[in-house]
Amino acid sequence: MSNDPIHQFHISKLIPIEIGGYDFSFTNSSAFMVATVVATSAFLFLTTSSRGLVPSRLQSISEMCYEFVASMLRDAAGSQGMKFFPFVFSLFMFVLVANILGLFPYFFTVTSHIIVTFALAILVIGTVLVYGFMKHGFGFLKLFVPQGVPGILVPLVVLIEVISFISRPVSLSVRLFANMLAGHITLKVFAGFVASLSALGAVGIAGSVLPLAMTVAITALEFLVAFLQAYVFAVLTCMYLNDALHPGH
Amino acid sequence: MANESGPDETGKTGPGKSGERAFRDDDLERRRRQLAETLAARRQSEGEGERGAKSGETTGYGQAVKLSSEFIAGVAVGAGLGWAIDRLAGTSPWGLIVFLLLGFGAGVLNVMRSAGVVAQVDPKASDKNAGDRDN
Repeated sequence: MSNDPIHQFHISKLIPIEIGGYDFSFTNSSAFMVATVVATSAFLFLTTSSRGLVPSRLQSISEMCYEFVASMLRDAAGSQGMKFFPFVFSLFMFVLVANILGLFPYFFTVTSHIIVTFALAILVIGTVLVYGFMKHGFGFLKLFVPQGVPGILVPLVVLIEVISFISRPVSLSVRLFANMLAGHITLKVFAGFVASLSALGAVGIAGSVLPLAMTVAITALEFLVAFLQAYVFAVLTCMYLNDALHPGH
Repeated sequence: MANESGPDETGKTGPGKSGERAFRDDDLERRRRQLAETLAARRQSEGEGERGAKSGETTGYGQAVKLSSEFIAGVAVGAGLGWAIDRLAGTSPWGLIVFLLLGFGAGVLNVMRSAGVVAQVDPKASDKNAGDRDN
């Protein structure tokens, strides 16, 4: 089934491991997560090892990544938020590199599985909760009580705010996952049209130029989406961390 | 850069080693200030331009996906909570009904918040994030 658009998301066990009845196998997803981490760290280490005062091209890419995330965090959470910089930078680079690696033909896209993006989102919200309660104690709960609400409406508004807070990790993870999944399926379907149309003979080959052009265009769009989703993920992380830092009104 | 152009200017300023040094320091200071001002002005205008371009570019597809996922997440979490409460307390179907409606409210609140219609939870952050939210 080379033409099956879902086949690319299939998880296969590379090294089966089972501990205490649970499946800890090293899968192709794990392999690409390791590849993402290795590629990111190797790139950042190697490009910044020379530490030129006048940066080389690759070094300035690393520096741009750093400054991009740092200014994003500083804008959203103030300079106090900079203690979360390693966290946000790792998240951003992991999502970005995983998205971009997934665009190579025959590569597996780690972020197209909701359990991966949901784990990342839970990590973010868990950090917000733990840090918020650690720093402000129960004052952190003021986050759920907006000011200037009439007394009768407070329970209702608090319930809605709580649901809104719980929906954050869901929307954060679903957005990244849905974008990557939909993009890859679209790409595969259009590329499949090229193959099946060109099997129809001369007319089909002439007609298959259209889906081919579409495939090229969607690939370009996917590169934009890969970056944009990593950016949105990081921006929202910064905004949620801001809630943990300043929950008061 | 100031060092490169230094020798040319020393010829014009005349004799006196100390006068020459003072002139160069003054000149350097003046130039440095000028550079800082130009850079600040340029950075500001660049930032504004970038922001305008970005919000125009991503208003379509990205915005649609973002807003719909916010809304769906609110409703889904509300329904999930209601269902869980029903299961635990045996109040079916009231928990589901009430929390589905609350979830609708939360979804609408999420959408309006991320569209920038309703102020952020933190009023201090709302002005700062005004630019970021439209991405």
